[in-house]
Amino acid sequence: MCFPRSTEEVAFAVRTAASHGRPFVARGSGTGLAGGATPVDEPLVIVTTQMNRVLEVDVEARVAWVEPGVLNLDLSRAVADLGLYYAPDPSSQQACTIGGNVATNAGGPHCLAAGVTSSHVLAVDVVLGDGSVARLGGLEPDGAGFDLRGCFVGSEGTMGIATRIAVRLQPTPPCVRTLLLDFVSIDDAAATVSAIIAAGIVPSALEMMDARITRAVEDFVHAGYPRDAEAVLLAELDGLPAGVDAAIAAVDRIGREHGARTVRVARDAEERALLWKGRKSAFGAIARIKPDYYLHDVVVPRTKLVEVLRQVYEIADAQNLIVVNVFHAGDGNLHPILVFDAREPGIWTRVHAAGDAIVRACVAAGGVLSGEHGIGLEKREFMPLVFNVDDLDAQARLRDAFDPEGRANPQKILPRGSRCGEVMRVPEGAWV
Amino acid sequence: MGVSALDALARTVAGARAVAIAGGGTQREIGGTPDPGATEVRVPAGIVRYEPADMTVTALAGTPVAMLDAALAEHGQECPLDPRSAEATVGGVLACGLSGSRRLRYGPLRDRVLEVRFITGDGRAVRGGGPTVKNVTGYDIPRLFVGSFGTLGVITRVTLRTQPRAECSQWSHTDATPADLRDRLFRPATLAWDGRRTFVRLEGYDEDVANEQAHAGLVATDAPPSWPGGEHRGRVSVAPPSLGALARRLDDLECTWLAEGGVGTVHVATDSEAALAAARGAAEAENGWLLREAGAPGLDPFGRPPPNLAILARIKDAFDPAGKLNPGRLPFLRRAA
Repeated sequence: MCFPRSTEEVAFAVRTAASHGRPFVARGSGTGLAGGATPVDEPLVIVTTQMNRVLEVDVEARVAWVEPGVLNLDLSRAVADLGLYYAPDPSSQQACTIGGNVATNAGGPHCLAAGVTSSHVLAVDVVLGDGSVARLGGLEPDGAGFDLRGCFVGSEGTMGIATRIAVRLQPTPPCVRTLLLDFVSIDDAAATVSAIIAAGIVPSALEMMDARITRAVEDFVHAGYPRDAEAVLLAELDGLPAGVDAAIAAVDRIGREHGARTVRVARDAEERALLWKGRKSAFGAIARIKPDYYLHDVVVPRTKLVEVLRQVYEIADAQNLIVVNVFHAGDGNLHPILVFDAREPGIWTRVHAAGDAIVRACVAAGGVLSGEHGIGLEKREFMPLVFNVDDLDAQARLRDAFDPEGRANPQKILPRGSRCGEVMRVPEGAWV
Repeated sequence: MGVSALDALARTVAGARAVAIAGGGTQREIGGTPDPGATEVRVPAGIVRYEPADMTVTALAGTPVAMLDAALAEHGQECPLDPRSAEATVGGVLACGLSGSRRLRYGPLRDRVLEVRFITGDGRAVRGGGPTVKNVTGYDIPRLFVGSFGTLGVITRVTLRTQPRAECSQWSHTDATPADLRDRLFRPATLAWDGRRTFVRLEGYDEDVANEQAHAGLVATDAPPSWPGGEHRGRVSVAPPSLGALARRLDDLECTWLAEGGVGTVHVATDSEAALAAARGAAEAENGWLLREAGAPGLDPFGRPPPNLAILARIKDAFDPAGKLNPGRLPFLRRAA
């Protein structure tokens, strides 16, 4: 394990690993949930936390160059006084690094209108598998040649290590309003989400929390969430005042048409912050229900929310497990959380069985395996559910084009046997 | 596109020595002129699936942008694509990386492509990405295809994210420069600058657009700026803060140009090939580059070779090992091989 402080030191570490015949894996804060940074094949672990400087902020260009170990929230704080912010805001934003966000193509509540990390990364300096340094992308709108920057973002460290990242900053909107809608039925809340999108309204965020998590959060944060609601929606609208007012009126009307009991508009920034604190504390609040949890990340078409959510509860019931749902409803990105006590004998078998069934239900509804956490090790073996052998082979070839020796974070994303002609045999007892 | 048509296309590609992919034929010279001896293939037109409530649309690559636009308009939606000719196809716009003039507000085309299906050079049908609006399942092949000029695969169908059409879309003009305007306007759609005036396109809610216009001292107009015309045309890409310096260089040349403020794209046209070559020199002096879009047969399509040529060549080899797709386009790949 090493803690380099510069691009040159990362390159040196990569070359040193190569000279010992070892692969390497980059690691930021270790908040990833799909095992993308888990060391496999005895790699050199290159930890980026010492590379945590915001190198340059160009206010005119609205671009910041940062090192990979900069924490997501620290970046937005560093540019707030300039009237700018960095849009992707994963729930772990106090702890996760921009480098890790680039690796997983991380999302967050405010990616609904603004887009996930890839829409906000303009250029990356990377150390490739052979220890050479390349700049992918640039500050100009279109580069010559293929979009290597676009390939690299979300490649989970399998194409190299980002050492300098140019991110796009956005001006703080002149008007931001946050609403809390509460429902006596989860179907009504889900139908409201679909109806808001269908009406042509794209909120900057549209989050849903079910009854269990709403109560747990309220007991923890005291944000004024209704403890007796079956589901709440947190919606945020931003932009210019008249458009925001019109959107608020439309969300209010659609919510009430779908059975919302109350629609509360935060009066000021303080109340807005409190409502968001509730949402962002959800994972911490889970400990009030059971000591352990397994968080899933799947996406379904937004028109399928009601039906898939029902299935998620049925699947958890069938395994006699508690599931809570707190998720990015506006883009169909579900986060079913299986809550349990790991000391209970045989519990992991049920947790995995439920997780497996949830993933399959989402794919059957036209969904995908991950919206923002990535594939890593966790979902590698699910890849054939959504891609055929030719699709996987094309992905394997793309990965190999960046790293022909296969030194960068081996064994991640693609299941064994993805390359056509590769022998598909997993040793007995292997971790797959 | 039925299974049999797809199979036939795959067989044609697999059996041909060289393949030239044709869409609406509106960008024949962009990125290099295709080999005249190549077998021409076309993908049919058609909307495969449109889910207004999900804001996604899937279309065959041969669908004209005008046809897509009409289908989306019925539900008050759009994809903000505006190629010079509406006969341009969805696949062609994607392959040429034409993000459209409202990129400043709505982002580049590469952020809008959710899924792409294509035939590889060795005749295999492959799918990359997925149909949902958010997806990190596997490698981002859709973005790779935006601006790939048909050299990695014959795009057969694409899924795009749609958006609601703005209630109001209004052009206006002002003597202020884009740099002056950026802090005075919130998310303008277009800041088209010709060196003398800035044409501003604002979209949104009526009242907001009117207030923004008044606040920034803009004069409403019905006439959007015209695209620079000329026999030889190119598209410059520079970092947006370099636009001012680039404009001063271009003003010394016999050419007309229109810059997308805040974006960094500059559309250049001239009747003299030498002037387009000089415009490329100006772009390169500002750390940018000029893509030759039409005319100027003596000019390399891209100019200096792009960085990371070894990776580009390996990607090309991964998708088109025999080098048969659109030979003549992206000539630097051939030189790298």
